Amino acid sequence: MIITKQKPFEELLQMLEGCKNVVLTGCGECATVCKTGSAEALEELKAKLEAHGINVLGSMVMTNSCNKLLVKKEIKQLKEVLPEADAIISAACGDGVQTVATNTDKVVYPSNNTLFLGEIERQGIFSEACKLCGDCVLADTAAICPVTKCAKSLTNGPCGGAKDGKCEVNPENDCAWILIYNRLKDQGRLDRLMKSIPTKDYGAVAYPRVLNTKEEGK
Amino acid sequence: MSLLKTKLESGQFAVTAEMAPPKGCDFSHQMHCAELIKGRVDAVNVTDFQSASLKASSLGLCIKLKQAGLEPVLQMTGRDRSRMAIQGDLLSAAAFGIENVLTLTGDHTTVGDCKNSKPVFDLDSVSMLTAAKQLEAGSDAGGNKLQGEPPVFFLGSSVTPEYEPLELHMYKYAKKVAEGAKFFQTQGVYSLEPFKRFMDYASKYDAYVLAGIIPLKSAGAARYMNKNVPGINVPDSIIQRMKESSDPVKEGILIAAEMISEIKAQGLCHGVHIMAIGAEENVPLILDEAGL
Repeated sequence: MIITKQKPFEELLQMLEGCKNVVLTGCGECATVCKTGSAEALEELKAKLEAHGINVLGSMVMTNSCNKLLVKKEIKQLKEVLPEADAIISAACGDGVQTVATNTDKVVYPSNNTLFLGEIERQGIFSEACKLCGDCVLADTAAICPVTKCAKSLTNGPCGGAKDGKCEVNPENDCAWILIYNRLKDQGRLDRLMKSIPTKDYGAVAYPRVLNTKEEGK
Repeated sequence: MSLLKTKLESGQFAVTAEMAPPKGCDFSHQMHCAELIKGRVDAVNVTDFQSASLKASSLGLCIKLKQAGLEPVLQMTGRDRSRMAIQGDLLSAAAFGIENVLTLTGDHTTVGDCKNSKPVFDLDSVSMLTAAKQLEAGSDAGGNKLQGEPPVFFLGSSVTPEYEPLELHMYKYAKKVAEGAKFFQTQGVYSLEPFKRFMDYASKYDAYVLAGIIPLKSAGAARYMNKNVPGINVPDSIIQRMKESSDPVKEGILIAAEMISEIKAQGLCHGVHIMAIGAEENVPLILDEAGL
């Protein structure tokens, strides 16, 4: 799940300087769960924009704003209103905004900040557990990611900075390595701690990354 | 040949001290302190943006100390440099005859004074040792051959004897030894019992241990460290002693000297590492009191 958070409304207004008419697009996937790109979120955004003198000509929640072909198809539903629009506001993640922009000549602005790939702890509470590093080490770390859950992404064990089991960077956070140690100990697999995890190959994860499964299959 | 290595290998009790570069480009205070401790210590660590706070770099002061006839220990964290920058600095250090290198994770940028800085952490304290070892074997992190004679280092790292859980920390200690760490300088030690427990573990590995000594400046400073510095546990009895003293700085020097004497007398480890944190001029006084 891609976690998004609405930008401060003032920032959005600054982006929209000079715009009188806009169209809103949302996303039926992650941004709907985050309530940043749902139908309700777009309704609220519409009301706020109109209170500031910006007309909302139309609004739709894309089924999946990061799906290029689907967006291309669905954006046609806005063809009546788009010609008059000065801009589209995309209430999706950073990917979804760009997907909309590739499917229109209009200027596209983001209404959200995209934060992280997150776990849904419970409704409205999200936490980061995977940084999409491209080289999973969870087999050796009791399925707790040190790349993400250690503020220094240490893969060979803890720094000396934990205090009462908590991280020096944010005392709200548990030290990832103490969590890993405790779980490995429970599992009787402490010997895994002696395994050196190779340094990350940043050459292999140079962005922007592309995955073509059809090419890979050949 | 590293003088620190020679001393430790000879089985003599080694003494190292620590110094921070200035937050600026005037090194005169550091060089004044260097003159005071010259001949009294076997090596001087130079911190690498200690507490994640910007100062002149470690390599710069190491070179200055070396030129002034002292034996530097280059501290190197993974916080600010990629593997390329780390290996480049190690090669430059070697070119100046600086062989002692202490690898550290580094405090996170967010706890320092340039909080917006990008935390690098490309290499950790273990993989930095590996990178140094690669250089010694004549190639860089990319596997490319170095030109000329490869460098020679005397590699070390840090350890926190009162880390909880200690077993977890000692796994990393073992990895560091496996990757070439020959000496360890510890977090400040104020009680012998936990230090002995740590040494029970550490003595299984082939590496020298220098016990960290941080002279206290006041009872308040001790309480502050207990609360804020991971791995520091100043016992109440020492805090009380500091509180009751009419000259707490002098008392701190005495306490440090007593700890050094005790560690040496009991043969608990191979030396001590004095971290005076801005009061380096007191290092000779501590050594006088400890009879070293």
